[in-house]
Amino acid sequence: MSLEVALTHALPDLALDISFEVPRGVTVLFGRSGAGKTTVVNAVAGLLRPDRGRVALDGRVLFDTQAGIWVPPHRRRLGYIFQEARLFPHMTVRQNLAFGRWFAPRGPGAEDPAHVVDLLGIGHLLDRRPALLSGGEKQRVAIGRALLARPEMILADEPLAALDEARKGEILTYLERVRDEVAVPILYVTHSVAEVARLASSVVVLQEGRTIRQGPATEVLADPAVMPTGVRAVGALIEAEVVRQLPDGLTELVAGGLPLFVPRIAPAAGAQVRLRIAAHDVILSRARPEGLSALNILPGRVAAIRAGEGPGMMVTLDTDAGALLARITRRSAQALGLDVGAACHAVLKSVAIAPEDVGGRPLGGP
Amino acid sequence: MDWLGPEGWQAVALSLKVSIWATLCALPPGIAVAHVLARRDFPGKQILNGLVHLPLVLPPVVTGYLLLLGFGPNGPLGRLLEPLGIEFAFRWTGAALAAGIMGFPLLVRAIRLSIEAVDPRLEQAAATLGASRVWVFVTVTLPMILPGMVAGAVLGFAKAMGEFGATITFVSNIPGQTQTLPSAVYAFLQVPGGEPAAMRLVVISVAVAMGALLISEAVSRRVARRVAGT
Repeated sequence: MSLEVALTHALPDLALDISFEVPRGVTVLFGRSGAGKTTVVNAVAGLLRPDRGRVALDGRVLFDTQAGIWVPPHRRRLGYIFQEARLFPHMTVRQNLAFGRWFAPRGPGAEDPAHVVDLLGIGHLLDRRPALLSGGEKQRVAIGRALLARPEMILADEPLAALDEARKGEILTYLERVRDEVAVPILYVTHSVAEVARLASSVVVLQEGRTIRQGPATEVLADPAVMPTGVRAVGALIEAEVVRQLPDGLTELVAGGLPLFVPRIAPAAGAQVRLRIAAHDVILSRARPEGLSALNILPGRVAAIRAGEGPGMMVTLDTDAGALLARITRRSAQALGLDVGAACHAVLKSVAIAPEDVGGRPLGGP
Repeated sequence: MDWLGPEGWQAVALSLKVSIWATLCALPPGIAVAHVLARRDFPGKQILNGLVHLPLVLPPVVTGYLLLLGFGPNGPLGRLLEPLGIEFAFRWTGAALAAGIMGFPLLVRAIRLSIEAVDPRLEQAAATLGASRVWVFVTVTLPMILPGMVAGAVLGFAKAMGEFGATITFVSNIPGQTQTLPSAVYAFLQVPGGEPAAMRLVVISVAVAMGALLISEAVSRRVARRVAGT
């Protein structure tokens, strides 16, 4: 299963020239606003007809200007989760959920509505009208409606953008459940690094209408050259396992045999999680630091040093927990005598790891 | 019952029949034209728009005369339809045709406005969920424009009840055949001593118009509440 997209399209203020091919799993289209992300998703959904190009899902051609193929949106079987939910105001939640099912092919393999309602926690809303739902509730219903249309792929265009921070975390948790429990690939648009870190297996980075990078999430997120939101967004993804919840409000994790302490997260002991460690939160020390308040100290070796513009440098450190990134000043790098192969310790404050940067590990992911 | 006289009652009954038929028959093409005008872009759209609105700005006598030329016994359309048993000239059906055409712009206008108020993003959402164009219209657009349809239908009905110029030109003023309420008022006013009878028809006319407006207001409000989902 894979999604192939190649298209060129002239918008009034942007010339789009996009090409990528991604495997099954959660693919995040990542880029600043105005990079052309929504245009790409709309072209995949069939809501926008690009000037030229080809879109194929698992070999099934949805659109090909050369071959003269255009599958109308209602025959593409893609579940679209919009930013503003777009629930039908004249129908109850139950009728909204049933809408896509009515048009979906019958037969085995369809999602059980009861399971979807349960998964999204919307059982108590079924007889209500959308006007009476909160933003988070609307978005959960929209996710359920898309799932029950029996889609071959889910498209999500910044589904959290209209929500407040607390609701974002809640919906992200539901999206992780969908990713892990429903075997349907997802194409997800966002400009939030936290959402990429929690959901993505593959990332496609768009910039001013062009594909500038595509690859596994761990690689792309660690590449300062392509991070559209600037160097502050660069960070490493670490796979870890929850060891125990500590009474002082921390959760103990273990990654590659190294202990990590983070502010309390929900998953129980034994759960696999993935956390993003932003490069600017990591301090480097040649000697193992003593008498320091930071709880997380990971020994490793310098694998790469890259100089960027300005006073900063990006150091990649290989540790038993995986590759870590540290953004330090050129001056510090010189003072420490950092070179490729040098032994070094990464120091990380527990509170620097925001709970929204910790998510469940994607099954199909790296 | 007798205060109106048989001729008066005949005119009222005929007017109701003519107006109801005119409105019911104008509704489906009215919705189709409103949808095209609201949602599609094509060359000649302004011409279609102008044609629809023409009866509103033309002198009704001119509209009636054009209908007579087109649908009269010697008109091209009249001759085309005659073998099918559809005749308009000097019949109540002709009055309904005239009334429907005169009310058409009002009906289309109200429905078009309500279609333009429907968020096209909802229609897109329905399409991504597997609904074809027709199903999108039936399941999303149509329920959401119900208030506009009611308003448009009532406006068309009221216009049909009051239509006079085109009707009398096209189908004349034959009591029991084509004498609608306004034509009857006109006829009574032409004869000496007919004024009291005309006055009674005027009272009926005002009552019917007022009633239609009140009913449509109530229905629109109820439907709008249901559609908005509150």
